[in-house]
Amino acid sequence: MTTPAESESYSALKRSPSPAGLRRWGRDALLAIALPSITLVLLLALWDWAVVYFNIPSTLLARPGAVVSELYYGVTSGLLAKHTLITMQEVVYGFAVGAFAGFVLGAAVAESTWTRLALYPFLVAFQMIPKVAIAPLFIIWLGYGVSSKVAFTASITFFPVVINTIVGLRSVDAEVLEMMRVFRASRWQTFWQVKLKFALPYLFASLEVAMVLSVIGAIVAEFVGATGGLGYLILQQMHTLETARVFAVLVVLSLLGIVLSWVIRVAARRALFWHESERGTPS
Amino acid sequence: MDIATGGKGRCGMKTQGRARDVQILELSKTFQTKSGEEIHALKDIDLHIQPGEFVSVVGTSGCGKSTLMRIVCGLIPATRGRVLVSGEAVDRPRDDVGVVFQNAVLLPWKTVKDNVLVPMDLRDRRRPEHEQRAKALLAMTGLSGFEAKYPFELSGGMRQRVSICRALMCQPSFLALDEPFGALDAMTREAMNLELMRICAETRATVLFITHSVPEAVLLSDRVVVMTPRPGRIADVIDVRLPRPRTLKDYASDLFNDYTGRIRELLGAETLA
Repeated sequence: MTTPAESESYSALKRSPSPAGLRRWGRDALLAIALPSITLVLLLALWDWAVVYFNIPSTLLARPGAVVSELYYGVTSGLLAKHTLITMQEVVYGFAVGAFAGFVLGAAVAESTWTRLALYPFLVAFQMIPKVAIAPLFIIWLGYGVSSKVAFTASITFFPVVINTIVGLRSVDAEVLEMMRVFRASRWQTFWQVKLKFALPYLFASLEVAMVLSVIGAIVAEFVGATGGLGYLILQQMHTLETARVFAVLVVLSLLGIVLSWVIRVAARRALFWHESERGTPS
Repeated sequence: MDIATGGKGRCGMKTQGRARDVQILELSKTFQTKSGEEIHALKDIDLHIQPGEFVSVVGTSGCGKSTLMRIVCGLIPATRGRVLVSGEAVDRPRDDVGVVFQNAVLLPWKTVKDNVLVPMDLRDRRRPEHEQRAKALLAMTGLSGFEAKYPFELSGGMRQRVSICRALMCQPSFLALDEPFGALDAMTREAMNLELMRICAETRATVLFITHSVPEAVLLSDRVVVMTPRPGRIADVIDVRLPRPRTLKDYASDLFNDYTGRIRELLGAETLA
């Protein structure tokens, strides 16, 4: 009676691959590291050559070597660590607050007609305001410290999460909801055990966007007025035309962004193992 | 209201559910379109399904088969008339009615076993006897060894079997199946038909089976209800007196072809009229 399952099963994928597969995997991994490294070296060489060849002043564009030595100085002196910590706090807290608020409001709008009618027009209207324009207000309200940056970052991360929570919760298959009615599941059970799970792919997509936005939010807020943080550091170096140090900060910033996005990606991969987006052939 | 069924009413707590009779009494359903037009999906459906009986409903698409099914399951209210399961009016989904839809509708993040246990998990804490029952049901439908797989690792036929196991989890005394094999290929479908007959013989459940396949209806049923569209009405009820157990060989018998011929005639006459 039993038809054989598809040859490649999820449980099989978790088992260790064959020696030939391992070799292929090893070669792929090596290429995945080697090729971008070659690109990087070439780009750096081109950059260095261009600075020298066109005689570009160091206040406009520093040479890669200068950036590296600035990075070294920043790391050893603790300067970068101090400001990175501040910015990271702003990003993480702002992201957490904004994403949580966005999820709660999105769920309320998706689940209740009353809240939708009462709030949705204002959500749309508020989204239309260019967020950057209201950054100064947050500084006026909350001062130059971390809290104003957290608030501003939260206000920026909030929107993608609200919208995707609404879309995700409303895209749940009607048949599944009918099945839950057949099983006489309560509204609460249907929400937490079914709707939320089906909304997760949308939610994680918005969290990835929100994470990128939250780094932008923290930096912009620091530009407007701050006493510390990587954005503040960039602004300070700009006034003294220390371009090499600005580049060093940029390197740290992009590393910060990469790490934070990676955290979201890993969480998504674990939570969505069942979803088409995560089930492709492992590479 | 639950007192009549033994107070608890929580599924799985009873011993093997006894087959119940199902009465559909002068059932009508009228839908209102946005323009205010009235559509008569069902008109004066009268049907009494005996305990343990297998009744199929055939009809062209749009004849209100699925509407009938949804009313019988308590998912939507009737405009007029009533549905009684063992004498009790159905006004919302019941534990003793098992439902299988055309799509398996499994939860993709749960394993096969956990999917079968969903009705249990929604009620009270999972018990060892529930797990035992889930395993036994999966074994009965030939899914032993697939308990820890995920739905996306299964074929369409296997998924539908999981869905049937899930419907049987609550030990329903009445099974309502809405074109459960409609999305399967012909060969899997035939295998599933045999399987369903075996399951029904084993559980002795009363069954209402919606399909648009005439041979399938004849093979499986004690009686076949032929419906006509707009408004959905019962054209005739055919008694299928083929001896059981039935096999795929029955497809070739003259008697079988007599039945399918008669049903096709009824369907054809009504759609042309």
